[in-house]
Amino acid sequence: MSTLSELLIIAIGSALVSNVVLSQFYGLCPFLGVSKQLKTAVGMGLAVIFVITLASLVAGVIYQFLLQPFGLEYLKTIVFILVIAALVQFVEMFLKKQIPSLYQSLGVYLPLITTNCAVLGTALTNVQEEYSILYGVVNGFATAVGFAIAICILAGIREKMRYNNVPKAFQGMPIVLVTAGLMAIAFCGFSGLL
Amino acid sequence: METNQKKESLWTPFINGLVKENPTFVLMLGMCPTLAVTTSAINGLGMGLTTTVVLMLSNIIISALRNIIPDKVRIPAFIVIIASFVTIVGQFLEAYLPALNSALGMFIPLIVVNCIILGRAEAFASKHGVMASAMDGLGMGLGFSVALTLIGCVREILGSFSVFGISFKEPLESIGMTPIAIFVMAPGAFFVLAGLNALMSVIRDKQLAAGKESKIRAGSCSHDCASCGEDGCAHRFYDEKGQDKPVGKKD
Repeated sequence: MSTLSELLIIAIGSALVSNVVLSQFYGLCPFLGVSKQLKTAVGMGLAVIFVITLASLVAGVIYQFLLQPFGLEYLKTIVFILVIAALVQFVEMFLKKQIPSLYQSLGVYLPLITTNCAVLGTALTNVQEEYSILYGVVNGFATAVGFAIAICILAGIREKMRYNNVPKAFQGMPIVLVTAGLMAIAFCGFSGLL
Repeated sequence: METNQKKESLWTPFINGLVKENPTFVLMLGMCPTLAVTTSAINGLGMGLTTTVVLMLSNIIISALRNIIPDKVRIPAFIVIIASFVTIVGQFLEAYLPALNSALGMFIPLIVVNCIILGRAEAFASKHGVMASAMDGLGMGLGFSVALTLIGCVREILGSFSVFGISFKEPLESIGMTPIAIFVMAPGAFFVLAGLNALMSVIRDKQLAAGKESKIRAGSCSHDCASCGEDGCAHRFYDEKGQDKPVGKKD
């Protein structure tokens, strides 16, 4: 199989078939919390795409050129979480100084992403699946796109749902979880794709 | 009398974590592993106990070092301590309990970013003594384990007609009942948690109607971490404007 078609299969698999929130359960906090409005959901989705892609690249480079040559693979959890935390800080400072307009739209979400388990989860999945750096970055990007798709759909539904008459006990978070469950059923339909 | 009081004060954080501020049912923390690993009771219990060990050990060390760690770098310091224990526990599971390790998969290393652990480090261990912090970690961890096991039981019973691996599928199938397979699949996790949240919000309304103070979060954790001001959740240490000044501590 050619590299390109392999990459395409990885991308579709990560974005749709095994969607990061709806079937893997990574990154539920922002998925449920920042999905009240479509506008903020789009911002969060873009910030996650940005950070996960970058984190996959940096984590992949560090794993291949630093941890593996010295046989330190078992330190990967500690190293990755520190790298991600530092990376998010640097990106934030860079955007604040250099690209203020982008910082305005993404900035508020960046600190929230440090402890988002989707970022660490993707970095560790890349290592576990023994992806090369290129495959890891593609996988990270596709995973994050899957997150963005899911959070934007949920936000769209929630905006409409605001005017519905929900039973008292189910108001707030329970009805959002039911919605997410129905979305997860819908995403099960993608499993025939690959 | 004095020794009695001391005993009581050690049990207080334990009971507090187990019942009054149960991390899953009351504080609604750590939802990612709660949903992902509760496909069976035994997986829920395994995840709960693993988290308990990490939580207790990290609480002890963080509490012992609480006067040494400078305030400004305390969050990275906590994360390094927690990540070290997660690595140790992960290696242990890989060596001695490989079946559990492969069932829990990625969620073992992801204990690092579990809200409960960083939340307890900040809210309790960094302010209290070693023994109290150990008991708090034990109580919170066992509370988490009980909750995960219960959710796992419900999902396993409904989804595959068995509990703790003991199957009662045949007698039920002989009278024409089939398991509701969706409960052990991904969507079922959302539905079970939705039902649970609805139940807790009914209890909360009853507590409030009876004029009592309720610790149950309004409509559960809003998961809006940026504007969350409540105790216990890790995400609240960053403020909305993206500055690195923690908002958890008032200055």
